Amino acid sequence: MAAVTRGSFTFIRRLLLAHRYKLCCSRVQTGRPDYTRHPHTVFIPQLCSSRFFHTSYVTSGPILPFKLSDIGEGIMEVTVKEWYVKEGDKVSQFDSICEVQSDKASVTITSRYDGVIKKLYYEVDATALVGTPLVDIETEPEVVHEEDVVETPAMSNDEHTHQEIKGHKTQATPAVRRLAMENNIKLSEVVGTGRDGRILKEDILNFLAKQTGAILPPTPFHEIQPPPPAASLPVVSRPVFTGKDSTEHLKGFHKAMVKTMTAALKIPHFGYKDEVDLTRLVQLRKELKGLSEARGVKLSYMPFFIKAASLGLLHFPILNASVDEAVQNITYKASHNIGLAMDTSQGLLVPNVKNVQLLSVFEIAVELNRMQTLGATGQLGTADLTGGTFTLSNIGSIGGTYAKPVILPPEVAIGALGKIQVLPRFNSRDEVVKAHVMNVSWSADHRIIDGATMARFSNLWRDYLENPASMVLDLK
Amino acid sequence: MILRTFSNLCAQSQACFRSARAKSTLSAVIDETGKSGLILKSLSTDIFENLALEDWIHNHVDLQNRNMLFLWSNAPAVVIGRHQNPWQECNLQVMRQKGIPLARRRSGGGTVFHDLGNVNLTFFTSKKNYDRHRNLQVVTSALKGLRPDMDVRATERFDILLNGQHKISGTAAKLGRTAAYHHCTLLCSADRALLSAVLKSTCQGIKSNATQSVPSPVKNLLDEDPTLDCDTIMDSVASQYNTEFGFSSPVTLVDPSDELSLPGIQRMARELLAWEWTFGRTPKFSICTTFELKNDTSICNATLNMDIKNGIIETCDIEVPSDWLPVELSREFSLHLIGGKLCPYETSVIAAEFLRTIPQNKELERKMYNLCRRVVFMM
Repeated sequence: MAAVTRGSFTFIRRLLLAHRYKLCCSRVQTGRPDYTRHPHTVFIPQLCSSRFFHTSYVTSGPILPFKLSDIGEGIMEVTVKEWYVKEGDKVSQFDSICEVQSDKASVTITSRYDGVIKKLYYEVDATALVGTPLVDIETEPEVVHEEDVVETPAMSNDEHTHQEIKGHKTQATPAVRRLAMENNIKLSEVVGTGRDGRILKEDILNFLAKQTGAILPPTPFHEIQPPPPAASLPVVSRPVFTGKDSTEHLKGFHKAMVKTMTAALKIPHFGYKDEVDLTRLVQLRKELKGLSEARGVKLSYMPFFIKAASLGLLHFPILNASVDEAVQNITYKASHNIGLAMDTSQGLLVPNVKNVQLLSVFEIAVELNRMQTLGATGQLGTADLTGGTFTLSNIGSIGGTYAKPVILPPEVAIGALGKIQVLPRFNSRDEVVKAHVMNVSWSADHRIIDGATMARFSNLWRDYLENPASMVLDLK
Repeated sequence: MILRTFSNLCAQSQACFRSARAKSTLSAVIDETGKSGLILKSLSTDIFENLALEDWIHNHVDLQNRNMLFLWSNAPAVVIGRHQNPWQECNLQVMRQKGIPLARRRSGGGTVFHDLGNVNLTFFTSKKNYDRHRNLQVVTSALKGLRPDMDVRATERFDILLNGQHKISGTAAKLGRTAAYHHCTLLCSADRALLSAVLKSTCQGIKSNATQSVPSPVKNLLDEDPTLDCDTIMDSVASQYNTEFGFSSPVTLVDPSDELSLPGIQRMARELLAWEWTFGRTPKFSICTTFELKNDTSICNATLNMDIKNGIIETCDIEVPSDWLPVELSREFSLHLIGGKLCPYETSVIAAEFLRTIPQNKELERKMYNLCRRVVFMM
């Protein structure tokens, strides 16, 4: 191809180096470079798929053994403790390869070469001798040019290649330095984006693109471009979604939840929903909040809801019961261990407050505070999480009005509380007033509980909350 | 010993802010001072912040022609070595009760208990100048400088012994590509009762290749001489460091939570806090133990076999005599634990869910509950 001029040759050599860089990093080949603007361009088809150019040849990369270097203090052997790579992995120079230990010292061994790990010489916990090979690395193949010999000073293959330029230390691998030198680029002018400000090949290429206006091959994750339009039809480029599905085995907590929920849905549920006017409770809480905080406890609405539920359960003990598997026997539980569904860092957990029938509203608040702290740090224990007999779910704290809660076996009823909204309502004098309204959704086991029971329980619970003073009459 | 804060040092090196490259402020300040020896003291007593600062210095400061000494102490914490097994080394239940955190450092070696009566010294050098014996000599000379007739000696294993029998200092080291650090503890006035309580593991039947600690009798320097408190000792070591290496560096205070001068340090501290590092980095091990299960009427012996890798339970086999508990139940419970962390909280959650779906029989419930409690206790 005699038509190839020196200018275009330089340009094409840059492309080849960039191409080699692309190959080495195993990036996706994305279409042909756009040559149309360069005056002396020779269009070379299939450049990216072919690794041969008429004045260059490719040598296969040598497999180099990377030996365990001297650790110091006369240490002759170490124990291999952890591998960070496995056979077939790509490594760059200075990437961590493994961790070895000797005499209370832990040493991180980093790679001397760019390449692919071909062999690991030791297993974990094996003893490795200093000076013996640790891994085999297949280094990158070289593209050698016969024409256009560029005088470059001999590059030492040290681990730390520093270059003092204007008092700054620039770090770059020998390959990067060669690229810079061939293109007459001063490393001090290039901004390094690697670790510790290290200059990478990408940085040189970006610098080149800005400086010379040369059109370099598109970056690998570029959208796939359609061929240049011949006619004037506008072609819409469709971005290609490169995301992948990922499948995980269900384990631990999720597996246990699957079992619980499968058992739960065997229970015939029925729902009952109602609206509660909390205006007076809101007022009461406002008054008591300061007093509670003086005692060091945060007071929310939940302690009132829980206590009211317990007072209701005293009249309707069937809601605090449990049936056996064959549904032959029903056990009325004496303790009101009321669970509160909590969204914690471990997921949805239901710790319960034990023996609510014996506790005051304040004491319930104390317990809730304790459980919330533990829940936030993921430290709820078995005692708190087991033994529940009735559950309330405050889904309204996140949002929502009505819900369809699922009963948590071995219980037989559950309530979900929606958010408290400020809405207009009619009072007894036919006036429109501001009311704090909350919706409650109950679900119960229809095998042993009927609608009327649930309705009466709900009414009682609602009455206690709409008129908190009435709770005082029944508090034990 | 002149104590200077970091901001003072900055004021004297205004040039660092004019640096063209985007460098971290502490690194730049150190470079600008042009000093080859520097002594830093931490303002924090949080173990994770201090360990993160050690890593930060190791990774970001140019130590080729420079040495640094870092003085620090922590609120009560247990620190295990890089390749150790926390279940084997310390009493995790007591630590949880008392709120004592567990930290895994990046250097090797054994387990230590830190509290405010324990001084930590880290010697940063280039890999070429890594010399642990010389560093320990600084410490022993400093102590002898305070009390000339005190018998403190460094051993072959890089411990420092008082009167030839009590260990007052342990050592560990980390070597990287170009730099290295050697750190050691120094017992001044630590809580010895708490130390013994937390460093005794209750977990039985562990089979592991993790580095095991070598327990030694310890003593506080304060017991030997009431004038030897932490601050006196730190000052003396700093002074001796200057003498030994020919520096004239004052002690500079550093705040390890300062993200502006130490960019990336908060992320490093968070990594050290994470379960995946502290527990998840434990080398592969197995637990094989028998335990007793009791209820009002009977007792039986059950066995537990587990293989744990990266802190996750890979295989689990809990065997309970079939007359005590139906075989399917214990087997199913074992299956539920597989794939979960060896963590009492996670296991409690799984156990609680599991207990919901077993047949409702009071005695069975109680027995199963006991089994779950016992298994959780082992973690």
